[in-house]
Amino acid sequence: MRTLIAFTKKEYMEQVRSRKLLVLGIIFIILGLMNPLVAKLMPKIMEGMADQLAESGLTVGEIKVTALNSWEQFFKNISTGLIAFVLLESGLFTREYQSGTLVLSLTKGLKRYKVVLAKIFVLLTLWTAFFWMTFIITYVYNDFYWDNSEASHLFFSGICWWLFGAWVISIMVLVSTVSKSGSGVLLGTGGIVFFIYLLGMIPKVEKYLEIKLTGGLKLVNGQSVVSDYIPALIITLIVSDVFFIASIFIFNKKSI
Amino acid sequence: MEVLSIDNLCKSFGDKEVLKGVTLKVPENSIFGFIGKNGAGKTTTMKHILGLMKGDEGEIKVMNEKVVYGQTATNRFIGYLPDVPEFYGFMNAREYLSFCGEITGMEKKDINERSEKLLCAVGLDKEKHRIRGYSRGMKQRLGIAQALLNSPKLLICDEPTSALDPVGRKEILDILMSVREKTTVLFSTHILADVERICTDIAFLDEGSIKLSGKIADIKGKYRSDEYMIETEDEASRKVLLQKFDKLKEEKGQLESVLLFKETDYDIHTVLAFVAEKKLPVIKIERVEPSLENLFLEVVH
Ligand SMILES: Nc1ncnc2c1ncn2[C@@H]1O[C@H](COP(=O)(O)OP(=O)(O)O)[C@@H](O)[C@H]1O
Ligand SMILES: [Mg+2]
Repeated sequence: MRTLIAFTKKEYMEQVRSRKLLVLGIIFIILGLMNPLVAKLMPKIMEGMADQLAESGLTVGEIKVTALNSWEQFFKNISTGLIAFVLLESGLFTREYQSGTLVLSLTKGLKRYKVVLAKIFVLLTLWTAFFWMTFIITYVYNDFYWDNSEASHLFFSGICWWLFGAWVISIMVLVSTVSKSGSGVLLGTGGIVFFIYLLGMIPKVEKYLEIKLTGGLKLVNGQSVVSDYIPALIITLIVSDVFFIASIFIFNKKSI
Repeated sequence: MEVLSIDNLCKSFGDKEVLKGVTLKVPENSIFGFIGKNGAGKTTTMKHILGLMKGDEGEIKVMNEKVVYGQTATNRFIGYLPDVPEFYGFMNAREYLSFCGEITGMEKKDINERSEKLLCAVGLDKEKHRIRGYSRGMKQRLGIAQALLNSPKLLICDEPTSALDPVGRKEILDILMSVREKTTVLFSTHILADVERICTDIAFLDEGSIKLSGKIADIKGKYRSDEYMIETEDEASRKVLLQKFDKLKEEKGQLESVLLFKETDYDIHTVLAFVAEKKLPVIKIERVEPSLENLFLEVVH
């Protein structure tokens, strides 16, 4: 356990000293602030464009902004946060392969599974912290300007999106155990997510796919019900765990 | 006792046979020079000892325990310095040693004591900067410190001096010499001067197998010729010698003042007595030792 903690400590130190923590922190804070702000400014923007729109034959009625508009922004923008997260963290394993830094740790008797566990732990804690930070910022501002009670199942849809992120991380970790470079990890992760996204176009299977979990907005504005998301939720939970466990087995046999 | 024994280790990369049955024994408390040309397979052999590579055939034992690929328990006996050691650049030397100590399960107190001692020994105790900005020589020295942190039985260094200038080389060799009492040292190199300077045992690796190995003294003894050389200070005394001992020969490619003779032609004591009697000014008289370079060239061809 002490060795696991020591390696985890090193991972956090790297996140801090390489300024990844700072950069990601700023990105997620900005995302959190942007959601209510864009919603708030929406009427002004529309007003400004009203003349133009009128010329093209459209009339803009009075726009009433609610917390729902801000949550709509949240579910749109959080994917930007996840992409930034994956971009910045894609080299977490491969940097160590390429520089050879792991060789010394492993030849000192550090168990390989601890390397994988520590990295998974760091990725999940960071993702959790950043995701819910954005969520809470949006929530607090929404409460301040409008009323969050208009939005239903907020917390549950948050959990869904958070789990989607965790699933993407599990792909990233799995690909990292076979890929040699950070760009390989990006390509592999992006490829798999995109494939699932395409599969999601087929109405019959969409319900069971991880991508379903990103559709929390429909829950929030009452277009769908919680039970619609349960199959995807369970499947994603299982798939992510399988990916994490598979990563440990593959990493054990990897030539370093 | 042997700290390390390798038996018939074979390894191919694709259809390229790199190791074709390497057999090697490293005795306790030796400084073992593992000599081979670039690309001979020194690094490959070392990676097998550390369980970082899986051999096609053969067996390796460290402290009489079998080395297993992947999860390698025998590494607890070993300190390893790779050919190009890479550390976490965002740490400083102390933090790095502390990290190394923690992942090997050392006690906090031991870590601090050992780190301090080793950093002094390798001359990095005053260094406060992060490792990112270190020179090659500093990295090699930190590399030795981390390898020695948990007082290993066997220190394995992969070409620790190859990329360094003469000062850096001497520093590293001195450090290796100084750890000898507690630790067996195995280091690979292609610089024979380094081997002459500190090694007690050697092995020549060539074309995938060990061509020659053993104690340097034994090897030199075995290949020692029955020749002596005598170097005089001036031309006149050389002439005097040549007059008395007409079988003295000049060696090709050597200084003119150097003369050689075989033990079977003249007894060394007769020659010495003559030199003493005539009070000839000599620079040196010595038994001709085979140089490692000559030995190496001999076994390699
Ligand atoms: N991972 C590898 N894949 C393919 N060939 C390799 C690999 N590692 C080493 N080799 C080859 O094995 C030979 C021995 O390499 P190495 O052990 O590094 O030599 P040395 O350390 O003695 O200079 C070289 O010809 C090298 O090209
Ligand atoms: Mg090498």
